[in-house]
Amino acid sequence: MRALSAYIILVFFITLTAFGCGGKESAPQPQVQELILATTTSTMDSGLLDVLIPEFEKETGYQVKPIAVGTGKALAMGEKGEVDVLLTHAPAAERPLVDAAIVINYRRVMHNDFVVVGPPEDPAGIKGKPSAAAFTAIAAAKALFISRGDDSGTHKKELAIWREAGIEPAGKWYQESGQGMGATLRVAAEKSAYTLTDRATYLAQQKNLGLEILVEGDESLLNIYHVMQVNPEKFAKVNAEGAKAFVEFMVSPQIQQSIGEFGKEKYGQPLFFPDAEK
Amino acid sequence: MGVLGEGLTEAIRLLATADPEVLNITLRTLQVSGAATFISVAIGVPTGAFLALARFFGRGAAVSFVNFGMGLPPVVVGLGTWLFLTRYGPLGFLGILYSPAAMIIAQAIIASPIVAGFTVAAVQAVNPKLRLSILALGVTRIQYLWLLLREARLGILAAVIAGFGGVVSEVGASMMVGGNIRGETRVLTTATVLEVSKGNFELATALSAILLLLSFTITATLTYLQQRGAK
Repeated sequence: MRALSAYIILVFFITLTAFGCGGKESAPQPQVQELILATTTSTMDSGLLDVLIPEFEKETGYQVKPIAVGTGKALAMGEKGEVDVLLTHAPAAERPLVDAAIVINYRRVMHNDFVVVGPPEDPAGIKGKPSAAAFTAIAAAKALFISRGDDSGTHKKELAIWREAGIEPAGKWYQESGQGMGATLRVAAEKSAYTLTDRATYLAQQKNLGLEILVEGDESLLNIYHVMQVNPEKFAKVNAEGAKAFVEFMVSPQIQQSIGEFGKEKYGQPLFFPDAEK
Repeated sequence: MGVLGEGLTEAIRLLATADPEVLNITLRTLQVSGAATFISVAIGVPTGAFLALARFFGRGAAVSFVNFGMGLPPVVVGLGTWLFLTRYGPLGFLGILYSPAAMIIAQAIIASPIVAGFTVAAVQAVNPKLRLSILALGVTRIQYLWLLLREARLGILAAVIAGFGGVVSEVGASMMVGGNIRGETRVLTTATVLEVSKGNFELATALSAILLLLSFTITATLTYLQQRGAK
């Protein structure tokens, strides 16, 4: 009896182990199938990648492994050759990698914009101000501001605006969530605080939040996404062909069109604006 | 009711319609955590039995070390495994980062000390007089071990339950070395984290409910075997 029990457990776990190990079916078969994409949380949390990646996989036969991390970490992974292709949104931080030829085939894909959101009562009175002036007003009122604090593209942008306003944000009113955009928005909502967010994530989560867009539209709030491949001459182990195919795919007219369409139906406005031709 | 009610309704709907994506995530969870538990039993039970029975210099330190390992933070294990498996890391040539295999390795590292620690306690709890009388039967060393493990079986099944419970519920290591890739390394815990960050609380609640149900079913089955063994 006991031997039987032990046997059942054994068979159970072996079955589990064997289960699901079967391969996936796919159309063309490139040499190295696996392609690691390091990207920002916004492309994942907004659902854009869930639309684009299956299409890319079907078209080319590559198997994409998207790793959604902040732009800072994504770039760091690219710098070490740990990933094949990057989709990030911090041009100032990307530039040194391009200049050092760590990444090549650097192409602009799309943009959307950052917005400053906050409670509808707007205690610091920032509504309609330009971004730097709005940040100055928040600091002057010591109104609660939630920062990503995670070296992401959005965090880098936020710090750039503080620099523009000539303020070193510190104190009880300035808190760091250390989490992705979605989580940070919810912290801000719960605490009736201000935060800087990309428009796509905000629109995707609007229904749960009760935060309003207070500042939008100025030049420094532009959020530009670039795709780039890690230079195979520096890192022999990267999947150069797959990465090149992904870059070409992202800037192809057909995908540019689907990027422009994405979210229109659900949110009444697009979340990203294609601009590969620019 | 709100989110909680909607989440539970959603869980029932997903289960009733056998939603392919949720099914895939659930089976992946079972596969990864099941394999990790299996490996940790293969490593942990012999190690635990050895530490319980052998007398050697430094044994106390070794047992302390195992007991310390029972509380290894999954994120630390995840980070360590990640560093070893990255492309230019010491084991990078394996090319298994961001695959179920990497998750199984990390989870097995988490569960092995748990299983070993419980086994040490279970084997040592066997009445010493019984040990002597088994020896008095004139059995071989292997038979002795086998009989002893049989006597300790309740505690050893508890070790399996604790090991499985430890890995099926962790998220830090799975996220780090698995990458939460859809259809490949997405398990119930990492899927829940993703849905929360997307703001889909209903789906996140549904996934949590399914995880609890899964964990309960496995634990109940093992407990049933354990209690039947107690008679």
